Amino acid sequence: MINLIGLILFGILAILQSTIVSRMPLLNGTADLILLFIVAWALQDRVESAWQWCLIGGIFASLYSGLPFGLFVIAYLIATGISRLLKRRVWKAPFLAMLAATFTGTIIIQLISLVARLITGVNIPLLSALNLILLPGLLLNLILAIPVFSIMHDMAAWLYPEELEA
Amino acid sequence: MGLVGLALGGYLTPISRILINPIVSAQSWLAKRYQAVQSLITQPEDVTSLRQKNAQLEADNSRMQVQIIELQQQVAEAQLLSTLVDYERRHVENQYIAAAVIARDISPFMHYVIIDRGSDDGLRRGMPVITQQGLVGNIAAVTAGAARVELINDPGSSINVILQQSGVEAVLNGQITGEIGLDMIPQNATVQPGDLVMTSGLGGNYPANLVIGQVVTVRSDAFALFQSASVQPAVDFSQLEIVLIITNFQPVDISPLIPAPGTP
Repeated sequence: MINLIGLILFGILAILQSTIVSRMPLLNGTADLILLFIVAWALQDRVESAWQWCLIGGIFASLYSGLPFGLFVIAYLIATGISRLLKRRVWKAPFLAMLAATFTGTIIIQLISLVARLITGVNIPLLSALNLILLPGLLLNLILAIPVFSIMHDMAAWLYPEELEA
Repeated sequence: MGLVGLALGGYLTPISRILINPIVSAQSWLAKRYQAVQSLITQPEDVTSLRQKNAQLEADNSRMQVQIIELQQQVAEAQLLSTLVDYERRHVENQYIAAAVIARDISPFMHYVIIDRGSDDGLRRGMPVITQQGLVGNIAAVTAGAARVELINDPGSSINVILQQSGVEAVLNGQITGEIGLDMIPQNATVQPGDLVMTSGLGGNYPANLVIGQVVTVRSDAFALFQSASVQPAVDFSQLEIVLIITNFQPVDISPLIPAPGTP
């Protein structure tokens, strides 16, 4: 049931990302909705399906991108791992953990994408990639991080209701 | 009889005017006050009905506005299709399939779009994609119902081109910024801003004479082997909606003919 919800959610997110978000760049960078929702989900308490949702999101992202298939899955798995780690370390300040996870997750995904393109023989100036894609994309992700965290917090409370002690 | 005679003779008119005028004034004053009182009594009913009518008219108005927007979109689409059909008629040597752009690559490092036609419609990898303005790119991957198009401004795109005015051949490369630029222009070649850039057909990836854009600026360094230039693309890649795919062009893979480094 929970994975089915994840399937629907990330299907909608992938469509939104490819039709709307990718048409609204800041310089050349764009927000990564799928990453934000994966990271926000991984930071929620009691959530046990973070890795499954990460896989679902990664597969959807790979379907919508010309980058080598599976690259997004790997990048999102790393981002999820970092988020789970941060959740344990910064458990008293979830918003701070969300911002930190977004920051590191964005950098990881952008760097993996950049390396993948460089390996396939595409010449990309590193300074341009940093100034035009990585930093604007990071800024957009950080702006959206807190609202996305709030949405996923409500969703986690709905899907994993807190058990009341008798 | 005498009064009748005076009345018929018109001699009583001033007297009757003096008598009637105050009566008419009083009558009109009373009628106005009566109407005012009547409207005051019946006003709530009128306001309710007016409000209902107003709400209905507002609903009608918003519905009409939606219809206008839809019709404007249809007109814009029809105009676009009309220009594409015109282009198709003017270039009868090629066969085309029209497709709508339905998505963009989610990675900002990739300048790709996804179209709503695939192998079921006869599309194959490598087929050139154009609009009525010029070259858009080529098909990089195909599924049954959709295809991924590599735009010419993708950093991985490289096309052999020719400048129409001077006949100079060069290589057009995409950039991470979404711009396109010319490289490998010989130092002795004369390139002017405004020169038309077209595909040369060399390399076998694209048919010849497809418009790409115009030269904007030329950079020439005395110590460099080649000149370079920036190009204004004829196609606005951010506004792509409907594209044409040239289906009767089969790209030629010449990579086996290129000698590997180190081979005699």
